[in-house]
Amino acid sequence: MAKVFTATAAWLRWIWRQLTSMRTALILLFLLALASVPGSLFPQRGTSPLKVSQYLRDHPFAGPILDRLSLFDVFASPWFAAVYLLLFISLAGCVLPRTLEHAKQIVQQPPLAPKNLSRLAAYVTWTSSVSLSDALPVVQSAWKSSGWRVRSEDEWVSAEKGYSRETGNLLFHLALLVILVAVGFGGALGAKGTVIVREGSGFANNVTQYDTFTPGRLFSNDQLPPFSFTLTNFKAAYQLGGQQNGAARAFSADIKVRNTPTAPARNVTIEVNEPLRIEGTSVYLVGHGYAPQFIVRDAKGQVVWQDAAVFLPQDGNFTSTGVVKAPDTVPQLGIQGFFLPTASGDSSRGPRSMFPAPNNPQVFLSAWSGDLGLDGGIPQSVYQLDTKAMTRIGIEELKPGQTWKLPHGRGTVAFTGFKEWASFSITRDPGKGFALVAAFLAIFGLTLSLLVPRRRMWLRITKQSDGSNLFEVAGLSKTEAPGLLDEVQRLAQQVKAIAPEVPSVD
Amino acid sequence: MSINESFAQASNFLVYGSMTAYTAAMGAFSISVAKGRRIESLEESASRVANASHQVRMGATLTLDTPAVSTSVSSDDRLGEGRRAGNIGMSLMWLATMLLGGAIALRGLAAHRLPWGNMYEFSLAAGFSVSLAFGILSLKRDLRWLGLFIVIPVLLDLGLAMTVLYTEAAQLVPALHSYWLAIHVTAAIVCMGAFTVAATLSALYLVAARVEERIAAGESAGKLGGLAGRLPSADRLDLLAYRIHAFMFPLWTFAVIAGAIWAEAAWGRYWGWDPKETWAFITWVIYAAYLHARATVGWRGRKAAYVALLGFGAIVFNYFIVNMYVSGLHSYSGLH
Repeated sequence: MAKVFTATAAWLRWIWRQLTSMRTALILLFLLALASVPGSLFPQRGTSPLKVSQYLRDHPFAGPILDRLSLFDVFASPWFAAVYLLLFISLAGCVLPRTLEHAKQIVQQPPLAPKNLSRLAAYVTWTSSVSLSDALPVVQSAWKSSGWRVRSEDEWVSAEKGYSRETGNLLFHLALLVILVAVGFGGALGAKGTVIVREGSGFANNVTQYDTFTPGRLFSNDQLPPFSFTLTNFKAAYQLGGQQNGAARAFSADIKVRNTPTAPARNVTIEVNEPLRIEGTSVYLVGHGYAPQFIVRDAKGQVVWQDAAVFLPQDGNFTSTGVVKAPDTVPQLGIQGFFLPTASGDSSRGPRSMFPAPNNPQVFLSAWSGDLGLDGGIPQSVYQLDTKAMTRIGIEELKPGQTWKLPHGRGTVAFTGFKEWASFSITRDPGKGFALVAAFLAIFGLTLSLLVPRRRMWLRITKQSDGSNLFEVAGLSKTEAPGLLDEVQRLAQQVKAIAPEVPSVD
Repeated sequence: MSINESFAQASNFLVYGSMTAYTAAMGAFSISVAKGRRIESLEESASRVANASHQVRMGATLTLDTPAVSTSVSSDDRLGEGRRAGNIGMSLMWLATMLLGGAIALRGLAAHRLPWGNMYEFSLAAGFSVSLAFGILSLKRDLRWLGLFIVIPVLLDLGLAMTVLYTEAAQLVPALHSYWLAIHVTAAIVCMGAFTVAATLSALYLVAARVEERIAAGESAGKLGGLAGRLPSADRLDLLAYRIHAFMFPLWTFAVIAGAIWAEAAWGRYWGWDPKETWAFITWVIYAAYLHARATVGWRGRKAAYVALLGFGAIVFNYFIVNMYVSGLHSYSGLH
């Protein structure tokens, strides 16, 4: 039994030693780089879920296999986690013992002088008549005041500097551990959501008002601060003419915001790069589009629908699509449409906008009659019409102010104008401050660990048979930093100032 | 604000001017390399390295501050022609760098903003950064032997910029309206320039190390002997490459972190595995592996140099392939 136990312990020790070796760390680093590659080549659910569903539709055979291998969720996959967790275990196993070792070295004195200084990489020697007891204390204090840690014995002085190199190295690796923890906790304790708000409409920060909402595992809904805002105006500017015609140049959303339902409203402008920071939560402007306004009347002239319908942009020039559903007519009425901010006048190749700004707004509508399918209990997209149980009764194009008389006396659709909408991403990440501080500590530590040279210097004074003293100064660099010889010569110069060279008497 | 067309025009002319100067520099450096000879022979380097490895085993790190002989490649008096050509190459290189700097400045004045908002502008800035890094490094040491190997990638970069990547001067998309453009993108450009120089040195190191190894084994120098005979010794090349990599790695780390801070302000999260972010991370990991490899027995030397080249490959991939063929949030190439 005891034998089995020792054998297991030996194995465990062997595994630990392998895991914490530099060679393993290197291999894990390569694996980490390699494991990230598919995350940039396949669409990822985290960043582009629509592209993932498109990919799955286009590749009915390969898609599901890739999905099983987590290739659409690379950075949340078990194998990616396995690599970075092993790497961080390896890192901790390497860094913690080194921290203890380094702490010991800081407390301890510099090392003994080697027997043969002349074998070291940089070496200077001369003879002097100054005696050992006169030179040593002066050298000791001179070196100390130039920033060296000095130990002096009977016949030699040993000095070392550049401890901050290892301190920086350890700080860097520990900071990486802190970043990992901060990312994990920030994700678990935080939440993110998106919402589309039309001009004149509002948003209150509770879960039901979001279009999408993704809480972290440890997030509870009562942590949402009770702020609210109304979008008063959205502005966009575009490049006119030239190679980049139509490229966006500026976006801004003017909002009225209240920190609590009873607090006074204040005016704030949110822009790209200028989010609203409120109660530990950030509100970002992430997109925009158009919401054409319609008044739909039934055969009797009763208003059955009146609002601005959010249409989603399909291209860079904001050719947008959307629907209006009027379930209260018999049979039910549905309208599918395109909104073009700048219609070309020529729609032979299908409705396409020529420019993102509303220079010549127009809608292309098709009306459907039948069953909208809203009663099936299956949630439906508000941007799509389920036309399975419907028939198309007509198509029409309208400019603002125009009204379409539906065929068969089914009623009218008036296109009264349009509003713009803005989409906002609202996030809470309590880990990001920690990650930021740790990131800067990492850079600081990294800089120290790569740029501070760690050096050892020795001076040995040996009495010679002719009564003079042999002075030897030698240095050793523990790094590849340049300038070791210069440093040795500078320290030797300090010694020479005390113990000038006399020509040897051979 | 509108675009100043005459400044934009002048900027384009200056780019062509700098390309002409670079081409002339390439000619001069070619002559310099063809005529240059190193002072320490390949055999001497090979045997010195064999001896030095003993010192490394003793626990000391090779510092090379005092090589037994000067290994800087400069032609001696009998080879004055090569030396003169090298000097002309250096002057032309500075001229080309200044012309390119002028082109970049005019482009910025034309559009009233920092001129690194699309791939064309970034490529000009990267070419400038490579030349400037080379110029600064050459102030403290004789780098005439390296000029040819620097000017070739710079010319390639500028050629691509003018043909494939060319974009008219224009204003920026809203996501780039931020002072982080000055911080994050500038850091990335400087890193790209310096990493290009470092990768060139690593590649040349591989050539020199191969040749020295063959000679140490008693074989003939082989096809690359002619090239290696005009370069410094392998250990010098390796050391210089390492120093540049080590110096730039913290700046690259900073560039990535500055990008994360900007991403937090622009996109609502500091890290989202956007393809560009992913490749910046891959590059960072590979360079971290290079620094570790150089401190690991069995990996220093040739293997580590291959890792460094792999890191540079990741940069190039991130710049050309990810920008032009992979869609993501960093879609600022300005190309349609």
